[in-house]
Amino acid sequence: MWTWFHKLASPPHFYNLSRLLIPWLAVPGYLLIAYGAYAGLFLAPPDYQQGDAFRIIYVHVPSAYLSMMAYMIMAVAGGIGLIWRMKLAHAVAASAAPIGASFTFLALATGSIWGRPMWGTWWEWGDPRLMSELILLFLYFGYMALRGAIDDTAKADKASAVLALVGAVNVPIIHFSVEWWSSLHQGPTLVREGGPAMDPGMLYPLLAMIFGFTLVFGAMLLRRIRTEVLHRERRTRWVKELVLAPGGSI
Amino acid sequence: MTTGEHTPGLMSGLLGTARRDLLLVWKRPGDVLNPLFFFAMVGTLFPLAIGPSVEQLEFAGPGVVWVAALLAMLLSLNSLFVGDFEDGSLEQLLLSPQPLVLLALGKTIAHWLTSGLPLVIMSPILAITFRMPADTILILMATLALGTISLSLLGSVGAALTVGLHRGTALLSLLTLPLSMPVLIFGARTVSLAAVGDVYSMGIFALAAYAVGALSLAPFATAAALRISNE
Repeated sequence: MWTWFHKLASPPHFYNLSRLLIPWLAVPGYLLIAYGAYAGLFLAPPDYQQGDAFRIIYVHVPSAYLSMMAYMIMAVAGGIGLIWRMKLAHAVAASAAPIGASFTFLALATGSIWGRPMWGTWWEWGDPRLMSELILLFLYFGYMALRGAIDDTAKADKASAVLALVGAVNVPIIHFSVEWWSSLHQGPTLVREGGPAMDPGMLYPLLAMIFGFTLVFGAMLLRRIRTEVLHRERRTRWVKELVLAPGGSI
Repeated sequence: MTTGEHTPGLMSGLLGTARRDLLLVWKRPGDVLNPLFFFAMVGTLFPLAIGPSVEQLEFAGPGVVWVAALLAMLLSLNSLFVGDFEDGSLEQLLLSPQPLVLLALGKTIAHWLTSGLPLVIMSPILAITFRMPADTILILMATLALGTISLSLLGSVGAALTVGLHRGTALLSLLTLPLSMPVLIFGARTVSLAAVGDVYSMGIFALAAYAVGALSLAPFATAAALRISNE
């Protein structure tokens, strides 16, 4: 029953499988983003309060959601790597960190740009969600710094996995503490009882963007893991064969 | 092992480690005093930076004392495992038949007694200079007592992860600061709320809950991190 799991964990198998998988994620992902961007920027009606400024949510919301998702993937993969000593899981965690940090930065940047016309300031310290994202960015920095400081890959994997797990336990607490600390942001409009309080013309492009971003994130993650696996396995026979194969490309 | 042989109990390992660390500090008290001086100096930086206006200092007081305490805790964490790592006694702890979780907890308890507790006792002096009223000072001490327990425990994870690394000191701050932000928020806000006569019990409960959670989870992470760092 678990053979597929063990098979997936073998680097050469993963390497071949992921190459087939990437286009199936990337193509629908970019199509969804293209639709979402066009519909969100041109077709969706302007917000009755925020005018056209609200349109930045089409980038902001998916980035903010992926910034959290990437951290969870990093922590879960790190935990799997620690418990089952699965090397591929550590490669997943190592690859998820820089992508997650980039989405966190994107969420912060778009939030800040949105804040300029809305709050009249580039940065609002009182906003709990910007604050949570900022602390999340710091958590990513700490994780990547720890990884970078340890030369031995196996040791770096395990140490950063412990840090990611401790961080993952703290993320909800940070969120809660910052919420308590202040509440100035507008309430949630997407997920709430009785369905989203959003015009369908605004909502569908947003959903397309969220799914599109997720698929593209998956493709980006797979690409990074492939490179990471290749780098980690550079002394093994299968990589050598891959490189030396006639007409072989990586 | 024969049945007649005396095996030390679990508590003896925890207490033994704690007693040893306390004894080490007793023989060389400079390690405890430095973070306390640092605490006082950071507290002095703020009035110099903000200006001598009494209202502003009164307003900033809780935050200043808390930030100073957080930084002083960070400073003291550097030496938590480094000494043992350098003289090889950390390896002996790892090889010990006692569970490493309890030994790590023993070291963390000793760390809190020698760095957290002195800060709690010192804090009224700094608080008085910021014109904090007596009943607010009591709240400040309560939040610091609960908060520094969490900081010691969280910091022990960071210290265990960075022990033996070349640039461990800077890295330790980078790892520990974001994790300790909830403690700072609950601590400083609770004192601010108490200072203006608002309801503050929620913050105390949150700090206590955090301390209990950290007490039950952090030693396991510290033990795992120590094993990884000493592979």
